[in-house]
Amino acid sequence: MTTPDAVLFYVFAAVTLASALVVVGQRNPMYSAFALIVTLCSLSAIFGLLGSPFIAVLQVIVYAGAIMVLFLFVLMLLNVKAEDAAEGSGSGILKGVGVALAAMLVVQVGIVLQHAGRGMAASGFDASARRVAHVLFSAPYVYVFEATSVLILTALVGAVALAKKEL
Amino acid sequence: MTPSVVIEHALLLSLALFAIGVAGVFLRRNVITVFMCVELMLNAVNLSFVAFSRSLGTLDPQILVFFVMTVAAAEAAVGLAIILALQRHKDTLDVDAFSVLKW
Repeated sequence: MTTPDAVLFYVFAAVTLASALVVVGQRNPMYSAFALIVTLCSLSAIFGLLGSPFIAVLQVIVYAGAIMVLFLFVLMLLNVKAEDAAEGSGSGILKGVGVALAAMLVVQVGIVLQHAGRGMAASGFDASARRVAHVLFSAPYVYVFEATSVLILTALVGAVALAKKEL
Repeated sequence: MTPSVVIEHALLLSLALFAIGVAGVFLRRNVITVFMCVELMLNAVNLSFVAFSRSLGTLDPQILVFFVMTVAAAEAAVGLAIILALQRHKDTLDVDAFSVLKW
């Protein structure tokens, strides 16, 4: 059971969880962003270990590359300072609600997973870029793929319009 | 690899990541950090998609991950542009200051 793959999975899972906790626990948004990059990269390793090399590469290029560069760019542009340690009085309730909601989610999904049947992995699973492309560019999904090009164009125009000086 | 064990643990990891993201949205006051926590939740969902893809042996969840990433990229571009505009008007990034989007 303790194959190298399984060991690597738990190592990267631990790195993912630890850096995700840093993202949430850190007061300085810059450190949060760097921790999020670590989270995304170790998630990419987990995707690879789960047999999805295409998604793993996409995760590094799109998330850790494009999206996080955008985040860091905005953070540096705005010269963001760390949050004050003394937060507003009203946030105590929100903090309680947030932690309670997260705890409730953990308990609920834990119960569901306990009662779920033990899923066996399908044998001969091949998620190479070639196979994924065959599915992506065939009947149902190719229309959605074309629709996303419109979405991206809309987002492009919207971002330029919103970021203009005279809004 | 013994996939049946790993897939359940991958789902548990996805659950933990999503919970951390939910907690972060409520705990953090900087709007950019809140945005990053939303990205964290999207990634947790992506992880569960990939785990289910491995478990069911179909490639359709991987296509969904592809589209989630595309939408996340578009959302990040527009969202950060909105944050830039709000910062220019209010001179702060505190979430409590941004109530102008309320109807």
